[in-house]
Amino acid sequence: MVPWFSWSAAILFVVGLYVSFFVAPTDSQQSEAYRIMFIHVPASILSMFIYLVMAGYAALGLIFNTRLSSMMASALAPTGALLAFLSLWTGALWGKPMWGAWWVWDARLTSELILLFLYLGFIALHASIDDPRRADRASALLAIIGSVNVPIIYFSVQWWNTLHQGATVKFTGTSMHVAMQQGMYTMLLAVWLYAIAVSLLRVRCIILERECKAQWVSELVEVRR
Amino acid sequence: MNKLSLIGLLSLVIRRDLVLAMRRRADVLTTLIFFVIVVSLFPLGVGPEMDMLRKMAPGVVWVAALLASMLSLGRMFSADYLDGTLEQMMLVPQSLSALVLAKILAHWMVSGLPLVIMAPVLGLQFDMSAQALWVLIAALLLGTPILSMIGAVGAALTLGLRGGGALVSLLVLPLCIPVLIFGAGAVEAVVSGTSAGSHLALLGALLLVALVFTPWVTALALRISME
Amino acid sequence: MLEVSNLACSRGDHLLFSDLNFSLSAGELLQVQGANGSGKTSLLRTLCGFMMPVAGEICWRGQNIRELGNTFYAEMIYLGHLNAIKDELNALENLRISAGLAGCKVDDKQVIAALRRMGLRGRETLPVKVLSQGQRRRVALARLLLSNASLWILDEPLTALDVGAVGLMQELIGEHLLSNGMVIYTTHQPLEVVGVATRWLALS
Repeated sequence: MVPWFSWSAAILFVVGLYVSFFVAPTDSQQSEAYRIMFIHVPASILSMFIYLVMAGYAALGLIFNTRLSSMMASALAPTGALLAFLSLWTGALWGKPMWGAWWVWDARLTSELILLFLYLGFIALHASIDDPRRADRASALLAIIGSVNVPIIYFSVQWWNTLHQGATVKFTGTSMHVAMQQGMYTMLLAVWLYAIAVSLLRVRCIILERECKAQWVSELVEVRR
Repeated sequence: MNKLSLIGLLSLVIRRDLVLAMRRRADVLTTLIFFVIVVSLFPLGVGPEMDMLRKMAPGVVWVAALLASMLSLGRMFSADYLDGTLEQMMLVPQSLSALVLAKILAHWMVSGLPLVIMAPVLGLQFDMSAQALWVLIAALLLGTPILSMIGAVGAALTLGLRGGGALVSLLVLPLCIPVLIFGAGAVEAVVSGTSAGSHLALLGALLLVALVFTPWVTALALRISME
Repeated sequence: MLEVSNLACSRGDHLLFSDLNFSLSAGELLQVQGANGSGKTSLLRTLCGFMMPVAGEICWRGQNIRELGNTFYAEMIYLGHLNAIKDELNALENLRISAGLAGCKVDDKQVIAALRRMGLRGRETLPVKVLSQGQRRRVALARLLLSNASLWILDEPLTALDVGAVGLMQELIGEHLLSNGMVIYTTHQPLEVVGVATRWLALS
């Protein structure tokens, strides 16, 4: 499965990047700089989506005490954190030419930043508990609390934001060019497949590490080699 | 021998924690002094212009209260964990959530309430109006219990871990952001002439939600950590 | 009363024991034996419900203790490695609180009587931090006298105790068994209770 996902991710990356840089027309208001959107938007969407998937897996692991879903949750966390960071980084790069500032205390940016903190908290908690079972269960609880909190945080930040400085620059989603849409969707799919591939790879490592004493692991061809 | 009722148990735990805190007064005072010092440092950092200070005051007081409450979180369960009392508490034939709630309340009385009482004095340093001070007290009264409750979850999750203090801040601070926003927002609303009612109502709603869920979640976290 | 079937426990990834079966009925004494690290404490902690067993189940009066919850906790008392007493409080306060946590309301007279029985006459109102290790252990053991639990789970009850206190413990356990109680304990010291056949459970 892993090679399949990674190859299709790689192909889609190439196609998506080609479409976004050469096919998609130049934007009338934002000129060429908008092209960063093709990385920024998929990264943001997936960073949020992965958090939900992670919390879902964590909840499954906590309730039904299944080891695999806890491992899946901990395998997803680094990818999610990476994408959240990527989305902030590209957001800053995009913001500079558009808004004239690297960072604006906009509701979305702030929420994304807090999402990154939540990911880091999850990873840090998981890393600092030695007993794997306790680590799984404790960080699962944290992920669930976080996912319940995300909407509250989002709305409070949005409210705070409108109180402080009125309306900020928003990406007005006027009719997007077809090629733009295609590029965006291709990139979204590419990032999606990349996330799946990397998480599967990571969960494989985690399983091998945890089950290193089990019979079937030592019978694996790769391990024997 | 008589059975002890739930209320009796709760008051027993609260009284016990208060007595323990009184016999270890230094810990309580440290948190309070930390709060005062952090707030007093801000004018030194940004300059003594009263206009700016007045504008910053609500945020500064709230951030300092948040940090000070982080400082005392480690004590909530760790002493009981180290001497085995926590094990006994988990064997109490009553609901663990109720017991946790009692501990949170006691913790708030020891570490949250002094901050609320101290805050108006610090507000005077920033030349806040009397009305703003009242709202500040109200907001802190509603907000600091939420900080204690969210903090309890973090403290329970990081029980007995190396570097638990820094870790608990990393886990808890992002979750406390709504409290910070509404708490500081209430005071700012009064300063800028609008009503603080909606902010305080939202804080109250958060308090109720936290009151319902956090004791239960904390109890779950304690069970996970004790394993 | 207490039945354990096919119990398996692990600490981290390390399997401590598996397929453990035993049962305990009123008036019986069970001594858990085994080398360091063989899982004695883990067994007792599993019996208390702190740890989840990997496999098997623990039943009290025919029902799983996970389902029983508080009903089970009301009938048992656990004494761990740690004394669960606070240095800042005196022996009297400590006992009043721990009896309260166990769900019993006691008055000072009962507490003082229990402390005197444990040989702590005159030390009832001293802060625990000035007491010696053995005396602290005695304070912790005095909880047994104040509880009406029928199942005693004792983890190394004899550590730090002198000969006199060990004799006293034997006496206490004997009385408890006579009144249809049950005791499970771990120890490295020999403990003989007059008139009761000790059963052994060896963990390897």
